[in-house]
Parts: sequence; C-alpha cells; structure tokens
Amino acid sequence: MSGAVTLERPTNRDEEWRYADAGFLKAADPAALAQWMEWTVAPGEVVQEYRVLASGDEAGGTVERLRVHVGRNGRFECAAVNAAGHYARLELEVTLEQGAHFSFGGVTIGGEGKVQEFVTRVIHAEPEATSRQVVRAVQWGHATGNFLGRIDVVRDAQKTDAAQNFKAILLEKGAAANAKPELEIYADDVKCAHGAAIGALDRQAAFYMASRGIPPEVARKLLVRAYIADAFELVTDEEVRTRLLDEALAALEGAAL
Amino acid sequence: MLEISNLQAGVAGKPILKGLSLDVKPGEIHAIMGPNGAGKSTLGYTLGGRPGYGVTGGSVIFDGADLLAMEPHERAAAGLFLGFQYPVEIPGVSFVQFLREALNAQRKTRGEDPLSGGEFLKLAREKAALLKLDMEMLKRPVNVGFSGGEKKRAEMVQMGILDPKLAILDETDSGLDIDALRIVGEGINAIMRKPDKAVLLITHYQRLLDYVKPDHVHVLTAGRIVKSGGPELALELEREGYEAVAA
Ligand SMILES: Nc1ncnc2c1ncn2[C@@H]1O[C@H](COP(=O)(O)OP(=O)(O)O)[C@@H](O)[C@H]1O
Ligand SMILES: [Mg+2]
Repeated sequence: MSGAVTLERPTNRDEEWRYADAGFLKAADPAALAQWMEWTVAPGEVVQEYRVLASGDEAGGTVERLRVHVGRNGRFECAAVNAAGHYARLELEVTLEQGAHFSFGGVTIGGEGKVQEFVTRVIHAEPEATSRQVVRAVQWGHATGNFLGRIDVVRDAQKTDAAQNFKAILLEKGAAANAKPELEIYADDVKCAHGAAIGALDRQAAFYMASRGIPPEVARKLLVRAYIADAFELVTDEEVRTRLLDEALAALEGAAL
Repeated sequence: MLEISNLQAGVAGKPILKGLSLDVKPGEIHAIMGPNGAGKSTLGYTLGGRPGYGVTGGSVIFDGADLLAMEPHERAAAGLFLGFQYPVEIPGVSFVQFLREALNAQRKTRGEDPLSGGEFLKLAREKAALLKLDMEMLKRPVNVGFSGGEKKRAEMVQMGILDPKLAILDETDSGLDIDALRIVGEGINAIMRKPDKAVLLITHYQRLLDYVKPDHVHVLTAGRIVKSGGPELALELEREGYEAVAA
C-alpha cells in the first residue's frame, strides 16, 4: 500500500521511554508500540480494571497501552501487577472530566534482569477531578522497577486534587528503581502531592520475626506482602485483592535470594 | 540447659562481651544486672543470633546442642525466646498472623502438626487474658501504636503462646507502671516458673525481682560477670550501687 505513515521507533531519548529496555526497543515493531487501546467511562459510571502481567514469559517483552476517557463524575479504578519480563510495561493515559476520579495501584515485582514499569499520564481536563496513584516496586537480582507519572492540570481545572506515591524496596544490591514524577500545572487552585522513597527490607523486623521462629523466606514474604498491600487498598473486593497479592507474591516464591 | 563458656562477642568489630561464663539449669531463674552499656543487650542479641553480632570466642550449649551454630529461627524452634528491650513495630502484619506463622513454623521445624486458626485463637485469647491485654490489640499490626507498657505485655503474651524452654528477657520491666509490673511479673511466673524451664532476667532494677524471685543474681560490667550471688545481691546493688558492689 502506498501512503503508509512511517512510524519512528522510540528510544531512551524519548522522555516517556527513558527507562525502557534499550534492547527491546531496538527489536520491537514500531507500529505495535504506537498502538493504544481506547476506552470510555460514561458520566457517573464506575469501571474497575485489574491487570496481571505474569511472570514466566521471560523472552522479549510486553507493552500494554490503555487510553481512558472518564466522563463527568465517573470513576476509573485500576490495579495492576507487573511481574513479567524481560521488558514489561503498562501505560495508562487517563483524561478526567469534571468531578471524575481515577485511582491506580500498581506493583512491579521481579528479579534477574527484568525491566518492569508503569507509565501514567493523568489529564485533569476539567475542574474538581481527583486522582490517586500508589505504586510499589520490589526488585532483586539486577532488575529495575520504574514509575513515570505525569500529571497535567489544564487551565481552569480548578480544585483538582491529585496525588501519587512511589516506594521501592530492593532486596539485593544490583537491583534498581526509578521514579519520575512530572507535574504540568496550569490552574492555580490545585492540590498535587507526590512522594517517592527507595529502601531495603526492614532488617530489624526480619530479625524480630526470626527470633520468634519465622524462617527468613517466610519473613520476607510477610514483609513484602505488607509493603505492597498499600497499592491494592483501592480494591474493595477482598477476593480480588487477595488474588492480586498472591499473583505478585508468586513472583517472589521462586526467587533465588 | 544453657552453658555459656568464656563467650567473647562484639558489634562492628568492637569487642563487647569479654569472656562471659554462665550456667543455667532447668527450673532456675537468673537475674543479670549491670549499668548501662555493660553489654546486657549484647548478650541477649548474641544468644538470639542477631545479624551483626559476631562471636569471636567461647561456646554456648543449649539443651545439649551448639546454639551458636543455629540460625536465629532455629534457635527459637529449639526453645529459646528473646524478649526485646525495644520491641519492633511491623506495619501491615497483624499480631495474630505473625504469631500463628511463628508458632506453626516452630512446630514444623520440630516435626509437629500446625495449629488450626480456631485452636490458635483460643490459645492467644488465653495468654492475652493472662497478661490482661485486650484481645482486640492482637488484631492490630505488630506493636504499631502500642504504648511502651503494652509492647512489653505483648512480648509476654508472645512468650506464653510460643511456650519456650528458656526465656531471655531484656529489661522487660522498663516502661511499666506499678500495676503493669505486677501483671508482667505474675505472667512470667505463670508461664516460666516450671521445673523444665529457665529464665535469664536482664534488668536494671530490683523492682521486678520483687515479683519474680531469682535463684541467682549476677553483676555484668564491661562485658564480664564480675560478681554472682543469691537474691540478696540484688538488694545490695539497689542499696549501694554497681560501682561499690562490683569493685
Ligand atoms: N550496634 C552497635 N554498634 C556499636 N556499638 C554498639 C552497638 N550496640 C551496642 N553497642 C555498644 O556496646 C556496648 C554494650 O551495649 P549494650 O549491650 O546495649 O549494653 P546494655 O544493654 O548493658 O546497656 C555499649 O558500649 C554500646 O554503645
Ligand atoms: Mg540494654
């Protein structure tokens, strides 16, 4: 066919691909990377979405991109486990109309040389919309967990209330985490909070557990579970929450730590 | 039950215990008293196997086995309980979950069947009542938001549930008011005053010893036991101070 658009292949120089696996980008089909799934949440409607990028598929990578438009007073609630490899990315672009709400809870969890990331862009396009994002990363080996969270507040989107929080624990030296909040705010009456922290598993808690007879691998699992639970607080269905936690912890189960 | 011979240990290359020997027999309660910085907590942590506490000499035999060769969780399964001077907070993990995992892990290591949820809760309720700790508190995250006294009572509830052979209690009396002190003292007696059990009671003050009567009292200063005696030694220390007695 003639007249086909030539798509440019993204590279690490592109802001939203800066932490992506370079080898994967070189080999990937640019047309596939440019694709988005498009969803609409009708005014007043609530849509809940749970995604698991499961471990096991270690070759190549996975890129999922989802663009969601949330109508007035609608809610889009999304929780995701990213345990896949070698390169695994879930990207969300969410546009909020007046009074709409977006919550996101994400966990990256993995070892070896995996690169796992969440990339979000939340566009507060009208007043009084709210967004809450909580991302936890648990990495070991020489894996990397990333969260790139961009928030755009357009002019006149007054009373916007947006928050994002990222925390990572690195279980071994050699693992890494990157957080890149990006705030573009063009309204003046806006609440926008973000925080990021990177640390190790609490050694004192691990010894306290050991002193009560809990073996190290069980202690680690309990501590990681408690750590990532914050990300799934938005999930009100207890069964779903437990399934997501179990999916995430399954990645830790086989870890040679 | 516990034979410590010429134990030398330290933290971060700094020698703290400098040849400590102690023999604890079943049925005995030993009090270890000493000034701040003497190495009392270091003794507890070294026996518990805390990472970073390195043994450079001596031996510790617990119930006929080489204690120092065991991992910390194996020491617990073998019957050792360490009551912490500063109990650790663990957000997001409830006491009930924590203790059930702990008890069942110990039972598994010993080749025993796990307790069911119902059996465990019954046991936990009984021990919480013994220490007058509201059972609701055990549904909260481990030590989070507990007052100093509640933490210490929760330590004793844990001891009751885990039912160790030997308890090393590091300043369990600090941070307790008079009523709590009595409850904790009576709790220690109820749980540990048995012919096949023993206690190493680390304390600064005589006051806990009014409730838990020690068979032997030792003075620990600068990493060594410098004096041992009967219960009267604790009274003497209280009256005259460590310096006068240990000199
Ligand atoms: N983690 C540590 N790093 C360095 N020095 C320590 C550490 N823990 C204890 N010490 C030192 O070891 C000595 C004994 O401390 P500790 O065992 O806590 O005494 P006690 O419990 O008798 O007050 C003190 O001089 C203290 O400063
Ligand atoms: Mg101390």
